[in-house]
Amino acid sequence: MSEPDAGPGASSPWASAALAAALLAVDPVGIRGASVRSLAGPARDRWLGLLREYLPEDAPMRRIPTHITDSRLLGGLDLASTLRMGKPIAERGVLVEADGGIVVLAMAERLSAGTAGRIGGVLDRGEVQLERDGLGLRSIARIGVVALDEGLADDERPPTVLIERLAFLLNLDNVVESDLSAPVIPPSQVAEARARLESVTFPDDIMVALCSASVALGIASVRASLLAVKVARAAAALAGHDAVTQEDAATAASLVFAPRATIIPSGEPQEDEPPPEEPPPPEEPSDPDQPEEPQDEDDSDTLDPQELEDMMIAVAQAAIPDKLLAQLREGKDVRSRAQSSGGSRAGAAKKKGRRGRPSAVRAGEPTPNTRLNLIETLRAAAPWQPLRRQEAAKEGRTATLVEVRRSDFRCTHFKQRSETTTIFIVDASGSSALQRLAEAKGAVELLLADCYVRRDNVALIAFRGKAAEVLLPPTRSLVRAKRSLAGLPGGGGTPLASAIDTAWMVATACRDKGQTPVLVFLTDGQGNIARDGTPGRPMAEADAIASAQALRVSGFSAMLIDTARRPQPMAQKLAAEMGAKYLLLPYADANAMSKAVKATAADSVAAEGRIRG
Amino acid sequence: MRVVFPFSAIVGQDEMKQALLVAAVSPTIGGVLVLGDRGTGKSTAVRALATLLPKMAVVTGCRYSSDPATDDKKCVDGCNGHHGVNGQKPEVSYVPVPVVDLPLGATEDRVVGALDLERALTQGVKAFEPGLLARANRGFLYIDEVNLLEDHLIDVLLDVAASGENVVEREGISIRHPARFVLVGSGNPEEGELRPQLLDRFGLSVEIRTPTDLAARIEVVRRRDAFDRDPEAFVAQWAEEDAKIGALIVAARDRLPNISVSDAVLEQASKLCMILGTDGLRGELTLLRTARAVAALDGADEVLSDHLRRVAPSSLRHRLRRNVLDDAGSTVRIERAMEEVFGK
Repeated sequence: MSEPDAGPGASSPWASAALAAALLAVDPVGIRGASVRSLAGPARDRWLGLLREYLPEDAPMRRIPTHITDSRLLGGLDLASTLRMGKPIAERGVLVEADGGIVVLAMAERLSAGTAGRIGGVLDRGEVQLERDGLGLRSIARIGVVALDEGLADDERPPTVLIERLAFLLNLDNVVESDLSAPVIPPSQVAEARARLESVTFPDDIMVALCSASVALGIASVRASLLAVKVARAAAALAGHDAVTQEDAATAASLVFAPRATIIPSGEPQEDEPPPEEPPPPEEPSDPDQPEEPQDEDDSDTLDPQELEDMMIAVAQAAIPDKLLAQLREGKDVRSRAQSSGGSRAGAAKKKGRRGRPSAVRAGEPTPNTRLNLIETLRAAAPWQPLRRQEAAKEGRTATLVEVRRSDFRCTHFKQRSETTTIFIVDASGSSALQRLAEAKGAVELLLADCYVRRDNVALIAFRGKAAEVLLPPTRSLVRAKRSLAGLPGGGGTPLASAIDTAWMVATACRDKGQTPVLVFLTDGQGNIARDGTPGRPMAEADAIASAQALRVSGFSAMLIDTARRPQPMAQKLAAEMGAKYLLLPYADANAMSKAVKATAADSVAAEGRIRG
Repeated sequence: MRVVFPFSAIVGQDEMKQALLVAAVSPTIGGVLVLGDRGTGKSTAVRALATLLPKMAVVTGCRYSSDPATDDKKCVDGCNGHHGVNGQKPEVSYVPVPVVDLPLGATEDRVVGALDLERALTQGVKAFEPGLLARANRGFLYIDEVNLLEDHLIDVLLDVAASGENVVEREGISIRHPARFVLVGSGNPEEGELRPQLLDRFGLSVEIRTPTDLAARIEVVRRRDAFDRDPEAFVAQWAEEDAKIGALIVAARDRLPNISVSDAVLEQASKLCMILGTDGLRGELTLLRTARAVAALDGADEVLSDHLRRVAPSSLRHRLRRNVLDDAGSTVRIERAMEEVFGK
C-alpha cells in the first residue's frame, strides 16, 4: 500500500477513520456502515465530506432525522397523489431512495429502538418490505448506514440493534485539527478498488485466523467476524491485492474488532491477568494445540496460523481505544455495559415519535390530543363516493375526485398513560447486614416481577462505600435487572445523600423522557458518609436531609422501605422529609409491598396527569 | 424471489432446527419462539425453512389459500373447498408454503385486512382486502424482534393465533376468514420481555447462543461469505441436503398419525410436568405432540423416553411459573426435573 497512513497500524485516530471511510465507500452494502461518535465539528464534517468524495458521484447520501416517521422511512401512501388520482399511490421511503448509497442518521443516540430495528432489518435483507396503509410492496434498498452518535455519557449510545450491524465504530473525539490536513487515499483509488472487489479471493488460513482473533478478544457475536471478512476484502481491493493478505486482515481486525473487544487475550506481556469477572467464550485461542483443521492445506509461505492469529490480535489490541483498554484492564464488565445501551435507549426516544401509543381510531373531528388519520378518513369516505357524486351533480357543482365530508373524519387517539419507571435505591452498606440485604434483594425481585407484568420500566441504584452507583438504567428487561441484582455486593459505608441525589438525577431524566418515575428506597436510613464522600454521621445526616428535601421539591412519588429490625426514627424522618410513604419490611410481605408501590405509582400517574393536563 | 441461505447449511443450532422441523411436521403444536443472542442466524433459519417445505395444494385464485381437499363451504372468497363453485370442481394449483413476514412497522389494517381503498374510491365497491393474516393462512407468520412489536398488534395476534380465525369488523366490513398459521417469533431477551400471554401462544421456545466452538464459528463465517459472493452456486451446492430434509418432513407427516405413545411414556410426561408445576394442560399436551413429531422425524413407530427427553426443554421452558427468587434458569430447572424422572 502506497499511502503511509493507510497501513494496518494506522496510528492516528484520524488516519484510521479516513481509511474506514474509504473502505466503506468500496463496499457499503457488505460493510454495512459506521457509527461515528463525535460532536458536530470540523472532524466529523471532514469525515462525511471524505466519504462523499469516495462514493460514486451518483450514489445518494441521505440524512435522516431521529423523528422520522415510519411512512417516510419505509414508504407509505402518498396522500397528495392519492387524493389527486383517486386511487392509492405509493410513496417511496428514504431508505429506498437511498438505494446504492449511504443513509446518514443524525443524532443516532436518540433513535428509538423500533426505528433502529427497522433500519437493521433493511440492512440485513437489502430490501424494504412494506406493509402499511393498504400497501404491500418490496423494494430493493441496498444501503450503508452512517450513525452519527453525539452521545456524551457512556450509556448514551445508538441502539445496539443498529450498531451491532455496522462494521466500524469510530470515535473522532480525539482527532486534532492538524490531523485533518494529512494526505488521504485519493478517490480514484477507491473507485478502482470498487471495480476490483468482486474478484478478490480470501485464503482460508487468513479467514481462520481472523475468526480466531475475534474469539480471543472475547467478541461474542459472529456478526463481527462476518463484517471483518468484508472489511478485509475491501482492504485488499483498496491495496490492489488479488487475494486478501495478512495486512488486509490485520486492518480489518484493528477496525472491526478493537472497539468490540471485551477481554485482553492472556499471554499478554504488559498485563497481569485477564479480567476475572464475566467468563468470556470459553476457548483459549492462544492455546498452542487449538484445533485448526484447515492448517494442513495451508501452503502459504508466510506465517503459520498461530502466528497469523497472534499478529491480528496484536494489531487489534494496539487499536483498542485507551478508555476501553483501561476498563478492560480493571476487569470491568464492559460487555454488559455495551449491551445495556440498546435497552436503556429503548424507552428514551419513544416519546418523540408518539404521544402515548396510538390506541384507537375513532370518528370525530381532530382535537389537540388526536391526529387526523387520513387513510382511515378516506376509507370512511370511500363507500359514499358514487352517492355524493350524484348529489354534487344534483346541486350543479362538479364533484371533486374524492368527496370527503366532516362525518368521515377519523382520528387516531393516543393513550396518554405514560410509562411508569420504578427506581429502586438499595442500601448495600455494612449497616444493612448481609441477611437484610438478601431480604431486600428478594423484595426488589418480587417488585420487579410485578413491574414486569405491568410492562413498566425498572431502574436500580445501589449505594455503599463512598457513593451511589446506577447499576441498571431504566429498562424493561427482567433478565438484565436480575443479573445486576445478583451481582450486588454488600458492605462499606452508607452514602445516603449521594444515593438520594443520584435517584433525583435518574428520576428527572425519566420525567424528561415522558415517563413517570416512582422511587423506592430500601434502607435503614443510617447514613454515615457525607455528600462529598467523607465519613461522619452528623454531616452525613444533614446532607441526607437536605437531599431529601430537594427531592420533595421536585414532587416525585417515593416510598421508603425500612430494612432495619425495628422502626428507625432516622428512616421515618427521612421519609417524611422527602414526602415518601414509610413501610417497615418485616410487616410488609411481598404482596403488601407490591400493592403499596402500585398505589404510589397510581397516585403519581394521576398527579403527573394533572400537571400535564 | 430472493435467494435465501439454505437450511442445511446452517451450522449447529440443533435445538432451533429441531423445533422448526417439528413445527413443519405438526403445525398444531402452535409456533416456535426463538430467543437468543444477536447474530445467531435466527432469521436466516426461519426464512430457509420455507424453501424446504413441499408445495401445498390450493384452490386457484383463492386469496385465503383454501385447501381443495377441505369440506369448508365457508371460504369468504367463495371457492367452497372441494365442493367448488356451481358444482364445478375447483381448479387446483400447487404453491410454496407461505412464510409471511410481519415487519415491525406494519399497521393494523395491513395485518388484519381492511376495505380495499382503490376499489372503494374508483368503483364505489365495498370490498375486503385481505391482510397479512390471510396470506399466512396454512403457512408461517414470522415476526423478527417480536418483543419490539407494538402492543396493539400483539393484541390482534393473540386473538387470531388462539382461534385460528380472523374476525374483521371495521369500516362497514364484517368478515371472518380462516387464519391458521404457525407463529414464529424471534428476539433478544435483552431488548425487553414478552407478555406472558404471547409467550403462552408459542408451543416451543428455543434458546440459542452464539457458537462458542471456534471451528463452528469459522465454518459460519466461511459459509456465509461463500453465500454472499455467489448465492446461486452456494444454494445449488446444498440443494441435495435441503431436498433430503424436505423428504424427511414429508415422510414424518405421513407417519405422524400412526405413532403410538405407551402408557409408561404418558406417565413420564405427566410426572415431569407435575414436578415442574407447569400451568394447565397445555404444557403436557405440547410435550407429547412434540415428542410424537420428533419420533416421526426419527422414523420411529412409538414415542420413547429419549424423545421426551429431547423435547422437554423447548416444550416446557417458557411455561414454568416464574419464580423470581430462584436464580436458576428455566433450562436448569427442567434438567433437574428430567433427572428425577428419567434418572441420570
